[in-house]
Amino acid sequence: MRNTFVSGNAYGTDLSRPLAQWATKVAPTAVFAILSMAFVANAQAETLFVTLEKDNALAVVDPIAGKLIKTVGIGQRPRGIVISPDNKFLYVATSDDNTIQIIDAETLKVVGQLPSGDDPETFAINAAGDRLYVSNEDDSLVTVIDIADKKVVKQIKVGVEPEGITASPDNRWVVSASETTNMVHWIDPKTNTIVENTLVDPRPRSLGFTADSQQLWVTSEMAGTLMVLDVNTKQIIKTIPFDVQGVTRDKIQPVGVVIDKDSKRGYVALGPANRVAVINAQTFEVESYLLVGQRVWNLAFSPDQKRLYTTNGTSNDISIIDLDSQKVTKSVGVGNYPWGVAVKP
Amino acid sequence: MRSINLSLQFTIKFLFIIHLLSVNFVYAGSKQTINIAYLTQEQKVPPPMSNLDAFIKDKGIWGAELATDDNNTTGQFTGQQFVLKKFIVPLDGNVIDTFNKAIGDQYPYVVVNLPSDAINSIADLPAAKQKLLFDVASIDDVLRNEQCRHNVLHLLPNRAMRADALAQYMMKKRWNKWFLVIGATEEDRLFADALRRAAKRFGMKIVEEKTWEHTYDARRTAQSDVAVFSQVDDYDVLVVADEQGRFGEYLEYRTWNARPVIGTQGLIATAWHRTHEQWGSVQIQNRFKEQAGRWMEEQDYAAYLAVRAVGEAATRTQSTEVNRLKAYMLSDAFALQGYKGNPLSFRSWDGQLRQPVLLAAPRSLVAVAPIEGFLHPKTELDTLGYDQAESTCKWSQ
Repeated sequence: MRNTFVSGNAYGTDLSRPLAQWATKVAPTAVFAILSMAFVANAQAETLFVTLEKDNALAVVDPIAGKLIKTVGIGQRPRGIVISPDNKFLYVATSDDNTIQIIDAETLKVVGQLPSGDDPETFAINAAGDRLYVSNEDDSLVTVIDIADKKVVKQIKVGVEPEGITASPDNRWVVSASETTNMVHWIDPKTNTIVENTLVDPRPRSLGFTADSQQLWVTSEMAGTLMVLDVNTKQIIKTIPFDVQGVTRDKIQPVGVVIDKDSKRGYVALGPANRVAVINAQTFEVESYLLVGQRVWNLAFSPDQKRLYTTNGTSNDISIIDLDSQKVTKSVGVGNYPWGVAVKP
Repeated sequence: MRSINLSLQFTIKFLFIIHLLSVNFVYAGSKQTINIAYLTQEQKVPPPMSNLDAFIKDKGIWGAELATDDNNTTGQFTGQQFVLKKFIVPLDGNVIDTFNKAIGDQYPYVVVNLPSDAINSIADLPAAKQKLLFDVASIDDVLRNEQCRHNVLHLLPNRAMRADALAQYMMKKRWNKWFLVIGATEEDRLFADALRRAAKRFGMKIVEEKTWEHTYDARRTAQSDVAVFSQVDDYDVLVVADEQGRFGEYLEYRTWNARPVIGTQGLIATAWHRTHEQWGSVQIQNRFKEQAGRWMEEQDYAAYLAVRAVGEAATRTQSTEVNRLKAYMLSDAFALQGYKGNPLSFRSWDGQLRQPVLLAAPRSLVAVAPIEGFLHPKTELDTLGYDQAESTCKWSQ
């Protein structure tokens, strides 16, 4: 029963699936295991913060208990969200307010704002936690913000419709992907200038570095592929196509990408294909496709990397994937159009 | 299953070619310049059909402008510069003269926004032989078949593609019995031909066919005219062919039986629509509106794609040479991002841009064709319009 549920494809168009159905379809033992874990695992309890694009709110979720704790009102159309490396502050792009809110991660009060440029959506924080890099999609710019000064340091001209952006863990690179130019731009954070560009598959969407900063993974929304780039040569070393049985190609729109800290596996959210692709990070083979909620966009690991959290835009929930068993264990309804997710240990 | 395998093979081949072309750019050298001409003629303002929609005289131009900006944003990283020069022939001017004298040898790529009958008179000029023309206005099937030209690419979906898109949707809804209503113009008859072809292809039945002979100032009499006109044998859907919108808007809500209206009014088939917001199209809708101060029309979208096609081919080949770019555009490797999900490409047998067709109501996007379930061994996009085996274009000779 559980197997049919995970690989079935009829589910893809059902918009009205109530939450309760999940619980009955997931094996009762798994539910029991999670519930019992909630009692013993309070010490390592982590908190998820999910931006709700259409509710102008932030959902606060206890993923161990599998519960929505509360929803906090925030600015207009919140999308991108990151947490500071010291876990004290959340940064949330409120796109229609043209700003990035600074939110105290304990009190959830807005404590400041950062000048983001127009319509901020996606942004990245560097490993040191002192700079934000924001994509300004309509203006073909990347805005560099000094967090302490709350000032724009520089605006860098990039290709048309910049979207995905990420900073390498070793602080050597900031990479921006422009969706219509079909390039990734390699920005040196010391000089804030582009030093190299790599032409990639159409509509590059999201980017992720491996923990050793040696590889950059790039998803192409339109070709339905994942490209692995070697950071030293900045060349594509592998292109991985996705093919989900029973799902048409135009529904396979790879978005969010994350790679675990040991470079054992990477995970790619496939958008309206309602799947997360599991990729062997050594052989680059696709190991499986896990069925999650609808229009899965962004991904985040739990701090111990035992779980993966997904935001599912049109089913208004998040899915929780247990990474040891590689199974989707739970979904939690959070509100309208969950977009981004950040995890606080 | 076979079709899935073939399409996968095609995908892999396509990706492989893309991969081979992957290049890094650390631009330092001299710039390549790509000159693109945009040729159009001023139009007489037609008598207003309705007070709601003002006549737009500059359809197309803003699309070409936006694409040139986009090309140049990319060009700053690849060392290529795109120059768009507009040639707007006055109402009493002669487009052939302008083409011969003003466009000359300087512009290998010409975006042509002219009525159907002007396209081939330009394409057949000696001065056009070594150029690549982008037709951003015509929807005629004949220009993609018997009257096709080797130096013309067509950006808008032709009538057959539109009719097939509508037919697929009607088939999905099981609206199998059509009442076909045709206007009096030659264009309406051509669209009716395309609809008959689509009905045959998808096993639909035209149970009744009538030409609209009532008044066109139907504001006064529509209620009675349409009720009488539509008392025919039972049908599922009224399919209308009225490209100029002279009477089609009066049909909905006034038919004798309660039936939906589809075709050139009601639910329409179009390359672009203001209700479209999937696949990143919100971004181009916003960028376009900011630049042009109005919504993007079909011809703007077509001109955008034409100039972007030159840009995409120039970026990937790192060339400005017309034969090289044309060969690339017609190859399997070419993939143009058109904000409609699937990558767009040109059909190698007739130069038609293969693309999804939007099915839109005035304030809501209803579906995007090809409708799920219509399969094709190569690409589902070729379930719309003239497939290779059906084409009568012999442009390769």
